[in-house]
Amino acid sequence: MKKQSNKTNLVKDEKLKATRTLIRNHKRKDLLFSMLGLVMVSLILLTLLTLFIDLVIDGYPKFTFDFFTSFPSRRAANAGILSAWVGSSLVLLITFLSAVPLGVAAGVYLEEYAPKNWFADLIEINVSNLAGVPSIIYGLLALGLFVYTFKLGHSILTAGLTLGLLMLPVVIVSTREAIRSIPVAIREAAYAVGATKWQVCLHHVIQYSFGGILTGVIIGMARAIGETAPIITIGALTFIAFLPPSPITPDFPFISFEWLQSGFTVLPIQMFNWLSRPDHAFHINAAATGAVIIVLTLLMNAFAIRLRYKIRKNIKW
Amino acid sequence: MATTQLKDPPISKRLAKNIRRNFIERLIEIILMMAALTAVFITLAIVYILTTEASTFFKDASIVEFLTGKEWSPLFENPHYGILPLVTGTLTTSLVALAIAIPFGTISAIYLSEFASHKTRETIKPILELIVGVPTVVFGYFALLFVTPLIQKMAPNLPTFNMLSAGIVMGVMIIPYIASVAEDAMRAVPMSMREGSYAMGATNFQTAIRVVTPAATSGIIAAYILGISRAVGETMVVAVAAGQQPNLTMNPMEGAATITTYIVQVAMGDLPYGSIGYQSIFAAGMVLLLMTLFFNILGHFTRKKFAERY
Amino acid sequence: MAKENSIIKAEAKNLNFYYADGTKALKNISLPVYEDKITALIGPSGCGKSTFLRCFNRMHDLYPGNRYDGQILLYPDNTNVLAKGVDPIEVRMRISMVFQKPNPFPKSIYENVAYGLRVRGEKSKALVDEKVEEALKGASLWNEVKDRLHDLAFNLSGGQQQRLCIARALATDPEIMLFDEPTSALDPIATVNIEELMSTLKSKLSILVVTHNMQQAARISDYTAYMYLGEMIEFDKTDKIFTNPSKKETEDYITGKFG
Repeated sequence: MKKQSNKTNLVKDEKLKATRTLIRNHKRKDLLFSMLGLVMVSLILLTLLTLFIDLVIDGYPKFTFDFFTSFPSRRAANAGILSAWVGSSLVLLITFLSAVPLGVAAGVYLEEYAPKNWFADLIEINVSNLAGVPSIIYGLLALGLFVYTFKLGHSILTAGLTLGLLMLPVVIVSTREAIRSIPVAIREAAYAVGATKWQVCLHHVIQYSFGGILTGVIIGMARAIGETAPIITIGALTFIAFLPPSPITPDFPFISFEWLQSGFTVLPIQMFNWLSRPDHAFHINAAATGAVIIVLTLLMNAFAIRLRYKIRKNIKW
Repeated sequence: MATTQLKDPPISKRLAKNIRRNFIERLIEIILMMAALTAVFITLAIVYILTTEASTFFKDASIVEFLTGKEWSPLFENPHYGILPLVTGTLTTSLVALAIAIPFGTISAIYLSEFASHKTRETIKPILELIVGVPTVVFGYFALLFVTPLIQKMAPNLPTFNMLSAGIVMGVMIIPYIASVAEDAMRAVPMSMREGSYAMGATNFQTAIRVVTPAATSGIIAAYILGISRAVGETMVVAVAAGQQPNLTMNPMEGAATITTYIVQVAMGDLPYGSIGYQSIFAAGMVLLLMTLFFNILGHFTRKKFAERY
Repeated sequence: MAKENSIIKAEAKNLNFYYADGTKALKNISLPVYEDKITALIGPSGCGKSTFLRCFNRMHDLYPGNRYDGQILLYPDNTNVLAKGVDPIEVRMRISMVFQKPNPFPKSIYENVAYGLRVRGEKSKALVDEKVEEALKGASLWNEVKDRLHDLAFNLSGGQQQRLCIARALATDPEIMLFDEPTSALDPIATVNIEELMSTLKSKLSILVVTHNMQQAARISDYTAYMYLGEMIEFDKTDKIFTNPSKKETEDYITGKFG
């Protein structure tokens, strides 16, 4: 071993001490930041929890069967969300029927057919742009286009189509991502036995990406339930004490489309309407409605996440 | 030797091109392409509708007054068309929201990406995503009936409708957007860069702040731009909690209308198609769209400037 | 092993290493690292040479679940680098590392080299300037970058980036420098530059280099260790290993019978 003079040893010792203090200080910063991060995240989660609990506590008195089966009324105690949740269901039906086929078809085209040129780029830019457009602009579009130009009026059909427009980019993106996860080898195997492009799409691509697409659709629908601004803009009435005409009729041909043109309301608008009244009794109704919407949204999101998890487990490419 | 022209033998029926099948394939392709083009159509439709209605509006209202006037009352007897009050309302609420969302979102992202254990991260992330699922009108309820009374306990002269509560709640709403995109950007920084920093004797904190965050700048800016767009376009939280009175002020302790709440307010009323009130919402929408577009383009170019290179 | 007059700078003693999933990657390795000399680690892919190298600066600590068993002693203070009470950060301030793929930070050339100094709290601009210039000169990069110290490091070529990483590691006056296949991602000309650089560096510090390129080991190192399947098969002066190895396994690998 090299012999060191005592002086050098002393200097080395001091340097070592200084270094150790420095490291200790830095590690303290480490710890402090870690705690700060945890505190901040906890605050956020706490806020969410407070929101939910506040809603439930405020709306608790109204969690009764009557609430779900009564129409809104001028007397807060009698008011219910029957027309609202029926309206929401019907509107979402149209949303689903308009956004999903269109979105899946567009996604399939972009992934399977589109050549990599300016044309495909243009479509892609548009899709990502549309995802960032505020929802109220879609309401304005629907107002000018669907309500007045196409003369569809302030109806369930218009609302469904509007939310469909909103949901379209979500469906397209989910479809594309689901399709992208299918390995090329599977497709080549299908082509190799003589399938046409469309047959490969229909029998293989869409089927294998079905789960991923479904997950995206459910998440999109969960958001659509809570959308308020565009629906208000197209003129949904807020005091609806009637139900739209039933799709099923007792006489031939047993299916009616009258309900498409009917006036309607949806859950978030009902909540907004009650919230805007100064009377505190209506605020209780609003809270209960809010709790209902959140529970619905949570259930749908949870279902979608579970679905995604199960699909990932089963797929072994 | 004379060259003989090689003739292809006659094509058997089995290998010949099936005209009918090809036709159907082409048809399907065209149908799918039309579906994809709807995205372009929608954009064009938005631009068309907003432009035509807004231009009709500007036939009757002076564009100078629109951009510089300080009073917005298109539905009064003596209408004024200055959009500045709506713009200040939008800006104030957005700034309050971002003042909360950016620090909380960024620090949460750094914490989740660089400090939290795998289990912690996987538990917290889904719950953060849940916030995205809460409808905005519910956030509005929270702002009006929980946050405002809470703040009033400390500042009793806070009006019922104010931009502070709306802004705070909007901020909480936007946090997951910023945190999620920023965290993804940080996780994408390769481990080799972190190892280089650790090998120099740096701590976790030093590595996170001096190496990982600068490396993820592009993604973090994208996250902020996303947050800004979201704040500017938000409607229901402000509609419920900030009141709907146009008010030219940047003081968050007052109530005000934003561009979005004005549109909603008018749409809830009964306006005849083609009236100037009806057109005014399209003019307002136009301004909103231009603002969002501006931020998106700004974001795009800033991202390019800081593009990741690893 | 031949008798040596060289001074030992560090020594691995009965080192075993277990990955988080339980695999035993290193089996009872003992190896001296001589001061101011280059020691090369060679062996086929997967033999554990990088794993062994990364024990020296406690890199494995970054990934939970790994376990060291045995000692790596650092002289002259006779510290066991792997001891539970020893702070990995302190270790890394004395032993620095250059990685296989150049990994400069997204900062300027100057700030890359200054990073180690900043982390140590060095505030004096004059001192940092001096150290940065010294390190860049020591890495044979100064002349090429002295006019653009504040350019982004990413703008340098692959070979220049690797020399920058070497300068970065040099700037903090380490006692040992670890090189993990430093030239495998570089073209032949850059490789020659780095090899020449390493030969000049050894006069100031001890070098431990992992390489999959036998010829490189033969060219630059004073001592060579041959590893296979996590075990140290043979360690000796480079000349002896390559001309007259004692073990048959070593000979088989050197002559290309497998690997």
